[in-house]
Amino acid sequence: MRSTRKAAIVILSTTLSIGMLAACSSSKPAKSAAKDGKVKLTIVSLKPGSEKAAIATFNEQVKQFEDKNPNIDLVPKEYEWKATTFAAQLAGGTLPEVFTIPFTDGKTLIQRKQLADLTSQVKALPYAPNFNPKVLDAAQDTNGNIFGIPYAAYGIGLQYNRTLFKQAGLDPDKPPTTWDEIRADAKQIADKTGKAGYAQMTQNGTGGWMLTTLTYALGGRMEQTSGDKVTASVNNVQTKAALQKLHDMRWGDNSMGSNFLLDWGGMNQAFAAGKVGMYMGGSDVYTSLVQQNKINPADYGLAALPLDSSADAGILGGGTLAVVSAKASQAQKDAAVKWIDFYYMRKLTEQSAATLDAKTLADGKQPVGTPALPIFDKATLDKANSWIASYINVPLPQMKSFTDGVFSQTLVAEPAKNTQELYGALDPVVQAVLSNKNADIGKLLDKANTDIQNILNRS
Amino acid sequence: MKSTLVSSATDSSSPSRSAPPRRRAGPASWARGGGLSNLVFLLPTLVVFGVFSWYPIGRALVMSLQQTNLVTAAQWVGLENFRHVLTDPLLWTAIRNTGYFALLALVFGYPIPLVLAVLMSEVRRARGLYSALAYLPVVVPPVVAVLLWKFFYDASPTGVFNTMLGWIGLGPYPWLQNESTAMPSLVLEATWAAAGGTVIIYLAALTSIPPELYDAASVDGASIFAKIWHVTLPQLRGVLLITLILQLIGTSQVFLEPYLFTGGGPSNSTLTILLLIYDYAFGQSLGGDYGAATALSVMLAVVLAVLSAGYFRLTRKWAAS
Repeated sequence: MRSTRKAAIVILSTTLSIGMLAACSSSKPAKSAAKDGKVKLTIVSLKPGSEKAAIATFNEQVKQFEDKNPNIDLVPKEYEWKATTFAAQLAGGTLPEVFTIPFTDGKTLIQRKQLADLTSQVKALPYAPNFNPKVLDAAQDTNGNIFGIPYAAYGIGLQYNRTLFKQAGLDPDKPPTTWDEIRADAKQIADKTGKAGYAQMTQNGTGGWMLTTLTYALGGRMEQTSGDKVTASVNNVQTKAALQKLHDMRWGDNSMGSNFLLDWGGMNQAFAAGKVGMYMGGSDVYTSLVQQNKINPADYGLAALPLDSSADAGILGGGTLAVVSAKASQAQKDAAVKWIDFYYMRKLTEQSAATLDAKTLADGKQPVGTPALPIFDKATLDKANSWIASYINVPLPQMKSFTDGVFSQTLVAEPAKNTQELYGALDPVVQAVLSNKNADIGKLLDKANTDIQNILNRS
Repeated sequence: MKSTLVSSATDSSSPSRSAPPRRRAGPASWARGGGLSNLVFLLPTLVVFGVFSWYPIGRALVMSLQQTNLVTAAQWVGLENFRHVLTDPLLWTAIRNTGYFALLALVFGYPIPLVLAVLMSEVRRARGLYSALAYLPVVVPPVVAVLLWKFFYDASPTGVFNTMLGWIGLGPYPWLQNESTAMPSLVLEATWAAAGGTVIIYLAALTSIPPELYDAASVDGASIFAKIWHVTLPQLRGVLLITLILQLIGTSQVFLEPYLFTGGGPSNSTLTILLLIYDYAFGQSLGGDYGAATALSVMLAVVLAVLSAGYFRLTRKWAAS
């Protein structure tokens, strides 16, 4: 009796141990083929916290795709690209097989062999030869192989709240066209409404990103390239002037509100809540403001970012690549490009797909027609917009200043090397200027320049 | 009293010294004697500790000597990661900030639970209610608590704290938005969040103090403060030492508050050692410097281990007497 019980305990205990060990070793590659012969593919869906209607619309599009491709089984996963979590997701292998990344990171991920080579699949697409070479370059290695599909491009514009403009006695149809006007309007908004007239992102790399944007607008550059050598130049005259502008608005006019620790999500939230009069942000941010922050469309205004008269002045441009995990199987890569083509690309190139996409979105009360910059050329973009004209539900007249002005502005790409690290190193500088009245701008920038140069040298 | 203790300790150790040496047991007799079943009983625990504690510790030690992005093969770089971390100017900022947090937490966070516990133990009625109220912040999930306090700390004149202070003509204060007030703000929330747990420990310890001691003190005409000073505190000494070392270790590893409240800002004024480790590993979207992150983790672990050992060595005698 005793020995039976002992044996039972031994068996139980051993099973438990083996079970736990087995539970821990689940890092096997995901099965690409399900039992029913279908190709299983995990894809990114919408950002966490999206509206129910947006999720329902997305699921409807997944269904349309699966109906067309009965041998592919899509598994959507919520996803938002964030500098602070992407590395962990990438290292931990928790990203879906199809995910999206900013142009900024394309080259590095390709170099590190973390993206699947999609050259043959992309070349088979009917519109492959039409990509704007400058845009496609973000997804190519030095041999011209293609590792991703650019599907959205943006330029930075001036986002402004029309309701706050009205409350402050400003004309919402005449947004500021110079930085002096921005400063004056910001002060008027702050004085009249008590809200932040102008606000600036400062956290998780967005501080550096937006400081770079302002520097470009004044004609400066953050890195100098000569041959293979890249030199940091963040202590340039224009960046100093940019920070001085922020300093004057913050400490001279007190027109920047009271929260100086804002990242992209925090800024959008504050803006949609009517706490911010103006800020710099991507021209495509309206979609997210609707889907995540329930902005009142009547509040929204988008203007072209005022540029300095210098010939080098331009707006910072970027975009998003749809890419596939390097671990994906051949069948998954084929399915992935089919999905990217269906969900991200067809609406840019094919009338029937464009109208179906626009109708689905409009039926789900999701934004249609948010301003974008061309992936192919301006004519293709205009044509695509004309197909969906009857579905456009975003307040385009409120974005006229941007859509009229942006095509005459010079688009400048982000700093080429160690971009995210450069942005990260500039965050504390922007924060210091906004939280410390006596911050020494020259000294802060010199120090940041040394730090960034060290990073460049180290890599 | 003291001499009895010493002699009994000597007595208890003497039998083992005089016992005859044990015979060397073979594997068979070891198994028969219960060794095998002991091992089997221990196995689940060993597996759990092995897989979730010892293996990661071992991996971290190895990784601190490597350069890796966790995708391509790792390269051995010797002590390069340690050199890089030690020459990083941010390290000294992080150490200074962590020390400042620990100091503030010690000055404010350490005595408050003790005072609360002593006061609550003096209350005759509804003691359970007070304990529950004191413990409530511990029940609130830390992330929720921080997000809640973010609203309280809103630096505009309409923020919760600023409005309340405005009633008595104070403020508005910048709270998290200023390099000099950010850290004290974090400590205030951390103290609020953690005090409940410590209060419960102190309350439990207070009940174990023999009531005769208080009776004797009363007979001698001691005031309430004299009772606390001469009876309560000396009786709590052991528990106080334990909570002190736990708090020191805890505050050296502070991460949640700076990460959620300020992200280390404004301008690195709340960057702590753990946040720096996190930034090394995950701060940039692509530049995950896992080698530097593990190197700093290893150094922190060694410092804390030495600190704990030294502390216990120094205070062992005092705590036992």
